[in-house]
Amino acid sequence: MISDQLVDLSRLQFAATAMYHFLFVPLTLGMVWLLVIMESVYVMTGNVIWKDMTRFWGKLFGINFALGVTTGITLEFQFGTNWAYYSHYVGDIFGAPLAIEGLMAFFLESTMIGLFFFGWDRLSKTQHLMVTILMAVGTNLSALWILIANGWMQNPVGAEFSYETMRMEMVDFWAVLFNPDAQAKFVHTVSAGYVTGAMFVLSVSSWYLLKGRDTEFAKRSFRVAAAFGLASVCSVIVLGDESGYTVGEAQQTKMAALEAMWETEPAPAGLKLIAGINEAEAKNDWEIEIPWVMGLIGTRSIDQQIPGIREIKEKNRERIESGIHAVVALEALRRNKDDAQAKAVFEQHKADLGFGLLLRKYTADVRQATPEMVQKAVDSTVPRVTPMFWSFRIMVGLGFAMLVLFGLAFWSTLKMQCAARPWLLKWAVWMLPAPWIACELGWFVAEYGRQPWTIYGVLPTHLSVSTLSVNSLYGSLAGFVGFYTLLLIVEVYLMVKFARQGPGSLGTGRYEREPVHHAAHA
Amino acid sequence: MFDYETLKLVWWLLVGVLLVGFAIMDGHDMGVGTLLPFVGKDDVERRVVINTVGPHWDGNQVWFITGGGAIFAAWPLVYATAFSGFYWAMLAVLWALFFRPVGFDYRSKIHHPAWRSTWDWGLFIGGFVPPVIFGVAFGNLLQGVPFQFDEFLVPTYTGSFWALLNPFALLAGVVSSAMITLQGATYLAHRTEGVVQARTIKAGTGAALVMVIGFIAAGLWLQGIDGYRISSVVNPSALPNPMAKTVVREAGAWMANYASMPALWLLPALGVLGALAAVVLMRSGRTLSAFVASSLATTGVIGTAGASMFPFVMPSSTQLQASLTVWDSVSSHLTLGIMFWATLIFMPLIVLYTSWAYRVMRGKVTAAYIRENEHGAY
Repeated sequence: MISDQLVDLSRLQFAATAMYHFLFVPLTLGMVWLLVIMESVYVMTGNVIWKDMTRFWGKLFGINFALGVTTGITLEFQFGTNWAYYSHYVGDIFGAPLAIEGLMAFFLESTMIGLFFFGWDRLSKTQHLMVTILMAVGTNLSALWILIANGWMQNPVGAEFSYETMRMEMVDFWAVLFNPDAQAKFVHTVSAGYVTGAMFVLSVSSWYLLKGRDTEFAKRSFRVAAAFGLASVCSVIVLGDESGYTVGEAQQTKMAALEAMWETEPAPAGLKLIAGINEAEAKNDWEIEIPWVMGLIGTRSIDQQIPGIREIKEKNRERIESGIHAVVALEALRRNKDDAQAKAVFEQHKADLGFGLLLRKYTADVRQATPEMVQKAVDSTVPRVTPMFWSFRIMVGLGFAMLVLFGLAFWSTLKMQCAARPWLLKWAVWMLPAPWIACELGWFVAEYGRQPWTIYGVLPTHLSVSTLSVNSLYGSLAGFVGFYTLLLIVEVYLMVKFARQGPGSLGTGRYEREPVHHAAHA
Repeated sequence: MFDYETLKLVWWLLVGVLLVGFAIMDGHDMGVGTLLPFVGKDDVERRVVINTVGPHWDGNQVWFITGGGAIFAAWPLVYATAFSGFYWAMLAVLWALFFRPVGFDYRSKIHHPAWRSTWDWGLFIGGFVPPVIFGVAFGNLLQGVPFQFDEFLVPTYTGSFWALLNPFALLAGVVSSAMITLQGATYLAHRTEGVVQARTIKAGTGAALVMVIGFIAAGLWLQGIDGYRISSVVNPSALPNPMAKTVVREAGAWMANYASMPALWLLPALGVLGALAAVVLMRSGRTLSAFVASSLATTGVIGTAGASMFPFVMPSSTQLQASLTVWDSVSSHLTLGIMFWATLIFMPLIVLYTSWAYRVMRGKVTAAYIRENEHGAY
């Protein structure tokens, strides 16, 4: 049997490498559009300061992009190395968007980024702008395909299980493509990336303005970031994937957990601002609630109920009990695929196969499952409430704080007064980490909230891992953490170095802090 | 549109195309990385070498990423079994590749000899290690790999990392490394001049000789290695289930395809003659033709490995019937069809804009270029 330790270490390694990757991705997603905007202004006005802005912010973009690429390589292969059974079980559906992502997005983005950096003197202005736009399109398309893949993990549509091939198989590609979960995720995630890009440019520009350096350069950058950031943060909040929570059971379970809704409440349910969560007794000791709001957001109606944790668990208990029959019938069918009786039982219970497989965490033979095991499995179907509840609230809180900041920044820049408001500039500098924290917490809510499944209702996390030794996992985890920490130090060092140096690092002779010329003694 | 059997065959070819594309495109970057510390003696020379691939390495690396994605989509059982089985080998590849994006982008951003030299060796590792490991992996595939499935098709690998490093596999690693070095050398010779070019041509000649001798030696050695053969009746359009067949292991089985289809001998011939032609062309200054010849040699060598094993992809040495073949480790009919169309639409576009990017950046990279672009170039 697969040990819990192996599963935990595999999860930890995936979480660490994926969350680390997502330190770099959102900045890329957002900054690339800021580069498009800046370069477009350059092409339209011919004012060279906009070219310098494109090149300087592009330089920082490049430093960040390098680590995005580095850490992305791991993710393309980690499903195979560490999640072998997952890869077999759902590769028929999950592999396709990953491959299309490479064909449609990565090639475009990666080819164009080379020309973006090296093509300034070889391409016409318009050609170079086209390259930048294609790079942005490629970058954002890659987000689309990976979120189609991820959306399918939350809401596995368009696929059916085949006992002959012992895996899920695609039956409707369009359903996978237009999965409402994936669409909501895509909009929410790329918008969050745009906010990150805008916050980065806004913070660094604010710092220049506070120091009174390169003010013409910084003011223009500030203005672009404020406008783009305001639009993006509105998009994140309004088109937040809260709407996606009406879709599918995975999202209902997550919503119950992140709202600490232990019981089903009469519609429309209230929104808890904060609460004292008591996991042991499955209740909140106290809560501050705004009536009606949750029901309105969650269901877009006033009369639809949102199921509470207790109700969800009771439903899942029935599905686990039915799932036992599915697993037993499947075992018979694997021995003899023409066993007519087993086939009939399997067809009847097939929808609950995943729930039956949950018991395999506790016993190799699900027929032997004791009531305690079933109870454990039932309890495992809803993630722990406390981390979900608070992660979600910090994320949303940061979102609103950024909304206020971008609103004020935009207002100030309209009034041409951003440099005259040092408190606003200081606030903008201090808010630099906010989008990253919000992004990471968002992913935590999405992925921890899906547990105990890798594919909701289909494949338990416990069964998804590669059958590696625990020592291998310790070794690889240590390697990743060590390597990544080192790279992060180098990256942050270079980012800080060039951000401090400012546009002078381009060596154009038009800015403060021009570098000494090294080539003479090279 | 196509029946299942045809699509299974088409996907065997397409995976081959992606592997060859990877070896030609990412391969020449890696070859350049392998040569970097040896053909560039001072900082400007090394920057010349790095900047020949500077605008292109990232796009080229996508051949590797897409290759992984395509194997996931088309051969999920292979993706699962091979990458988890070759766990430490795969991690070594990934960790070596980590040096490339940061090496290229960060190296020249700080003007300190130790900093730059560290990243130069990082780029060397990123260029040298992956081809060696891919060669070693192929060497092991040709001998069979110890893995088995349980009744739910959970794969378990029972070998160790060190067992991968057996003599035949190491020879395959040498051939692979030499092949990629030659690929990089022909490209570098085309994009440089003077002393760097002269050193590159010398190194490329050596690589070609190692490659040709190693390849022929491996071919002779292969005669004595037990190959695999499906001993039950194959139904190519059946639902994929690796456990439904029987397999025998016997001497000379890897030669069976050549016996029944003598035209396949063109592949190893292409491997040898292409490499020799690349040397002759490179030394006579026809560097672009040399690159084409080297690319053909690469195609020949990879084609030889594929043709020898067909229909096997990953034979199991411990549970023979678990061996993965092009018939029984593939995706569903629908997924293979979708992925076929996706590849058919996007691959020509990729070739088109990649060619355009090379066209834009064409010409020799010179020391003068590096000095003029002190802050912009890698």
